[in-house]
Amino acid sequence: MTHSLQDMRQQAAVAAKVFVQRDYTSGTMCQFQTKFPSELETKIDKQQFEETIRTLNNLYAEAEKLGSQSFIEGCLACLTAYTVFLCMETHYEKVLKKIAKYIQEQNDKIYAPRGLLLTDPIERGLRVIEITIYEDRSFTR
Amino acid sequence: MKNCEYQQIDPRALSVSPLSAQNPAETKAQRPRRKWEAFPGKNRFFCDGRLILARQNGVLPLTLGLIVVTSGLFFAFDCPFLVEHLTVCIPVIGGLLFLFVVASLLRTSFTDPGILPRATAEEAADIERQIDTSGSSTYRPPPRTKEILINQQVVKLKYCFTCKMFRPPRTSHCSLCDNCVERFDHHCPWVGNCVGKRNYRYFYSFIISLSFLTSFIFGCVVTHITLRTQAGKSIVLAIQESPASVVELVICFFSIWSILGLSGFHTYLVASNLTTNEDIKGSWSSKRGAEESGNPYSYSNILTNCCVTLCGPMPPSLIDRRGFLAPDEGIPVASASEIELPPFTPKSEANMCTQSTKDVLERMLRSSDFHGLCPSGTPKTSPLVPEVPGAPPAAKPPVSSGCSRQLAHRAVVDPCPPFSKSIRRDSLHSINPAFRLASPSPTLSRSVLVVGDGPDVGFPPQH
Repeated sequence: MTHSLQDMRQQAAVAAKVFVQRDYTSGTMCQFQTKFPSELETKIDKQQFEETIRTLNNLYAEAEKLGSQSFIEGCLACLTAYTVFLCMETHYEKVLKKIAKYIQEQNDKIYAPRGLLLTDPIERGLRVIEITIYEDRSFTR
Repeated sequence: MKNCEYQQIDPRALSVSPLSAQNPAETKAQRPRRKWEAFPGKNRFFCDGRLILARQNGVLPLTLGLIVVTSGLFFAFDCPFLVEHLTVCIPVIGGLLFLFVVASLLRTSFTDPGILPRATAEEAADIERQIDTSGSSTYRPPPRTKEILINQQVVKLKYCFTCKMFRPPRTSHCSLCDNCVERFDHHCPWVGNCVGKRNYRYFYSFIISLSFLTSFIFGCVVTHITLRTQAGKSIVLAIQESPASVVELVICFFSIWSILGLSGFHTYLVASNLTTNEDIKGSWSSKRGAEESGNPYSYSNILTNCCVTLCGPMPPSLIDRRGFLAPDEGIPVASASEIELPPFTPKSEANMCTQSTKDVLERMLRSSDFHGLCPSGTPKTSPLVPEVPGAPPAAKPPVSSGCSRQLAHRAVVDPCPPFSKSIRRDSLHSINPAFRLASPSPTLSRSVLVVGDGPDVGFPPQH
């Protein structure tokens, strides 16, 4: 049986899932805790992990920023009775796309080679960052 | 039990014949289902998941009806007179206001208020694990609160037993909709939906514009009747000439009190960055002396508070109504979703009694996490029936970055993909341990009591 990475991922057993919870110390803004989970100690470098989380936090902060852009967007939306969103993407959605790309990139470059997988928090309702740890099955079969 | 002793059919004999019968069922089973079809809350969806409404939509038709009827009467009976005697601007302004009111109302009603999707089984298990390790070793229900610091102020987060998670700050669980809603304001029966983070601005613009509309119509109708009486007629005669005006007057008179009052109240809430829920519960009123510092979410000035609430960035809907379900996710949770069954299944179940029990048990034992279960080999039915049309790989994989994860997860439920609800129920009554062990995999995630250390052997709660 040949084992491509894809096959292995498909057939790899999920050893554990780690959940990085939200950090509410600065209010209801979407931020995640940068505390390094103990289960990942053997899998990934602490700095690397914190860097990922910090970048994600910055991206979410950018999405929720109360800047002039969001203000103009809000006013324009109100004036057009909110029909403008039928043709335009909101600022938040644009940043979410950026985040998705970033996570994909991180997975490909850093996490997948270590047998980990980051799940985009939007798939979990922005509650947690789910990190799946795959069993190392290179010795079986 | 009845399925085990069912038909002793040679799988090879059936390998050809069910194929034709399978295909229509199979294609039907493979119709990708959207997530809204399996949504656990009490909501109704329209336009294939684009619009969402509470199941108890209260008096939304009444609200719409009142607005449309009053405005209709106004345009039909009062406007002609007023255009003649005053200005053509009146129906124009009235028309614009009316359109704005209806647009805001529909927007409020049909927008997702900020519903939080329920925690997945693994998340719920993780939370319980964390709580249990911090508490005593014996199992006890998770503590209901968690205290955190927000802007140097202690805020208690409550644990939601329905959604299996600690509610984020300012989130509340609406019992009518059975959902946790972010920045929950209130459930408005007039609008037929919860008012929360995502539709609060629409709600606010609805009540403000409605106050303007009712005041405008009231004023115009009064002007109309006054003008008629000024022409020398008595008021009774004037009313007889335009009876619709009285209807409008009555409706507007009674609406104005409540609508203006509500607008004023919500303007206060917006200015102090509070929700109705917090105001009613008096969450921050204990610190009466310095009100601003009592509310950790409030900014220092009123203008910022207003901007944040009304003109802030529009958060996305977290429930992804129109996303496609992976086939395994389609099985669990809430509303009656029938899983299509290829007709050969009863036969295969009979065979599973003998052959696959061992297989399943082996798989169960190998994995630590129930939901991490992934059959290392082929799906259960494959050794019995060479072509397994119901096998997951045939299904469309969901488009997401976690594609491989999805495949792994989907493979988890391979043991039970072709089971229909009814047959699964029967099988649970059977003595066949294969079903008892295998079936909880989808049903566990389906039931509310997700968390458990072992298979939920026996009858899973059906709801």
